Amino acid sequence: MFLLGVAILFVMLYGWFKNVVDESMAGLYSPQMDRSFKQGMSWFIVSEIMFFAALIGALFYARFIAVPWLGGASNNEMTGAILWPNFEAVWPLLTTPGGTETQAMGWGLPLINTMILVTSSVTLHFAHTGLEQNKRSQLTGMLLLTLILGVIFLGLQGYEYVLAYRDLGLRLDSGIYGNTFFILTGFHGMHVFLGALILFFVLLRVLKGHFTPEKHFAFQAGAWYWHFVDVVWIIVFCLVYVF
Amino acid sequence: MSTVTTADHHDEHHDHKPTGIKRWLFTTNHKDIGSLYLIFALAMFFLGGAMAMVIRLELFQPGLQFVDPQFFNQMTTMHGLIMVFGAVMPAFTGLANWMIPMMIGAPDMALPRMNNWSFWILPFAFLILIISMFLPGGGPDFGWTFYAPLSTTYSNDSTALFVFAVHIMGISSIMGAINVIVTIVNMRAPGMTWMKLPLFVWTWLITAFLLIMVMPVLAGVVTMVLTDKYFATSFFDAAGGGDPVLFQHIFWFFGHPEVYIMILPAFGIVSAIVPTFARKKLFGYASMVYATASIAILSFLVWAHHMFTTGMPVFATLFFMYTTMLIAVPTGVKVFNWVATMWRGAMTFEVPMMFALAFIVLFTIGGLSGVMLAITPADFQYHDTYFVVAHFHYVLVSGAVFSIVAAVYYWLPKWTGHMYDEKLGQLHFWCSLISVNLLFFPMHFVGLAGMPRRIPDYALQFADFNAFVSVGGFLFGLSQLIFLWVVIKCARGGEKAPAKPWEGAEGLEWEVPSPAPYHTFDTPPQVK
Repeated sequence: MFLLGVAILFVMLYGWFKNVVDESMAGLYSPQMDRSFKQGMSWFIVSEIMFFAALIGALFYARFIAVPWLGGASNNEMTGAILWPNFEAVWPLLTTPGGTETQAMGWGLPLINTMILVTSSVTLHFAHTGLEQNKRSQLTGMLLLTLILGVIFLGLQGYEYVLAYRDLGLRLDSGIYGNTFFILTGFHGMHVFLGALILFFVLLRVLKGHFTPEKHFAFQAGAWYWHFVDVVWIIVFCLVYVF
Repeated sequence: MSTVTTADHHDEHHDHKPTGIKRWLFTTNHKDIGSLYLIFALAMFFLGGAMAMVIRLELFQPGLQFVDPQFFNQMTTMHGLIMVFGAVMPAFTGLANWMIPMMIGAPDMALPRMNNWSFWILPFAFLILIISMFLPGGGPDFGWTFYAPLSTTYSNDSTALFVFAVHIMGISSIMGAINVIVTIVNMRAPGMTWMKLPLFVWTWLITAFLLIMVMPVLAGVVTMVLTDKYFATSFFDAAGGGDPVLFQHIFWFFGHPEVYIMILPAFGIVSAIVPTFARKKLFGYASMVYATASIAILSFLVWAHHMFTTGMPVFATLFFMYTTMLIAVPTGVKVFNWVATMWRGAMTFEVPMMFALAFIVLFTIGGLSGVMLAITPADFQYHDTYFVVAHFHYVLVSGAVFSIVAAVYYWLPKWTGHMYDEKLGQLHFWCSLISVNLLFFPMHFVGLAGMPRRIPDYALQFADFNAFVSVGGFLFGLSQLIFLWVVIKCARGGEKAPAKPWEGAEGLEWEVPSPAPYHTFDTPPQVK
């Protein structure tokens, strides 16, 4: 049932996007349609920002409220004294009140990943200027490079998860530090994957000769999404790893 | 608001539409999709209502009579979820789909294919939610607010299906909201400037903004519930360094704007109906717009008034108490504007107007009990009692639902081309008005006396009031069958409706014939 549902979903999405691409290539879309698409994409990105805001809010609450309160801060002196007298409220929280222990993730590898993702945003920008100046080879090359950098990012992220699980004992069940780490980097990774998927289809269309210097909504939407994912990463990098 | 010189319509010539099931499955027409949303909402209204009948049946007498406590909890949970996400929100989205393009002179919604998708994933979300009730162990039983740890540590395995269903509902709402915003921003007819927009359009624009801002937050919190339950995370578990109160913060950051999502379009409907039947322009149009925007902005700053008893620091409770009370100001502006609109108007009292008037009075009662609940020290007494149930049912049933019913009566001639049966409509109104008050007013008293909500049994001293309330509940449920009858009767035939059945009505939707042709405003009208 589930697989059938997923299959129907993909057939439908394929048909939908194929129709839209065909109509677009046939020149059926007015500037007003183009504006509608762009505004729709922008609001979608706003909703994505709010999704990450909720996760980041959880991180802040855990770090600055929940953990200190468990340690007896604010009006919670008895919480600490009665429930977990030996609990020490520090961040990163390496020993939970329940006694689970873990190690913190360093930020060496993520720093490399940050540089990779920022570079990919720059290369994508050059792909865009290539498209606008009708330099098709620059467009193709830079877009391909962006995609490769994105895939490397995902690979390194996966490797980091292996390190976390194997060497650091940092797992989904190792308390709020590991939870916020995995939910923020994990959802970010999924968004990189989605962004890469969009750019991959954009690349296929570029190779088929689609897009003109004036009209290239799909490219723009993919690029906006990619830049958005990049900005989210910089915030995640700062909040999860560095500070 | 605006006079129109409409270019001749050639709609009749290309009014062809596909037939059979394909018309409805593949439709990208805003009127078809609007109808689908409204029919779906009506079906869910009766399903959620049936669950409320089970609740009132059990509470007719003290002691356990008909259902066991766990099933009772499933009923309160599913009743809430179905009414909020299945009835009220889709009904407003249906009205938006039908009316916004016609009100702003657009040929359709801006993103019609996405519009189809937004609707058609919704029945599947509810199918999943309802199926979960037939699993071993039963469906969700933790209240529609699914507080952790009830939904994590102590829930059964229907939680996965619940989370999945809520995700799909959220995706549907976000796509619907994006469509509404883009349509309003991008598809207005020439001359339809911002301050000429009908208030229903304005309120929906702001509602859509709220939806885009908070539905992703709901997605975030259900995801954390899912990982807490199935992947051993501890976001809401103090032993792992998390906090169950964190759940409440994130949930109500979504939840409070959500209650305005369910009332702002109602303000728009009432602001359309009252001027029509008072035959006067709306008093204070601009202040209505600004009041709506103020309510929306304030809605992000009040969420923790649902959590006064969780032991927040005093500073936080004071902050949330004051911001909450501040909301009474723009809301009061609206109520006074409606009253001032009627002042010295040439009023008539057709069914839409009756429901709109009842809305103004009863919503105000619900609003005032909201101010009572906002007072932190008093809230310690009211919290989790039937007073809260009375409060939010006054704003949601005699508020949101009454406004939707008023809107249906108001625009039904435009949709079907027939006038509804005025006598039956009046009967429906009076039955609803009397029974809704029998149903919810006594809840204030039992609540103040300390009867807790969401419990299948109660102390003996509440017995008389509860029997009374249950009778009111059954009467209200039966009254809605009259509504069903009126709607079906009107759809099947009746007195032919003119393009503008209401003498005092203004707006582009009355410029097109009744029933509205399949395609309207293919050439945009000039609004002066």
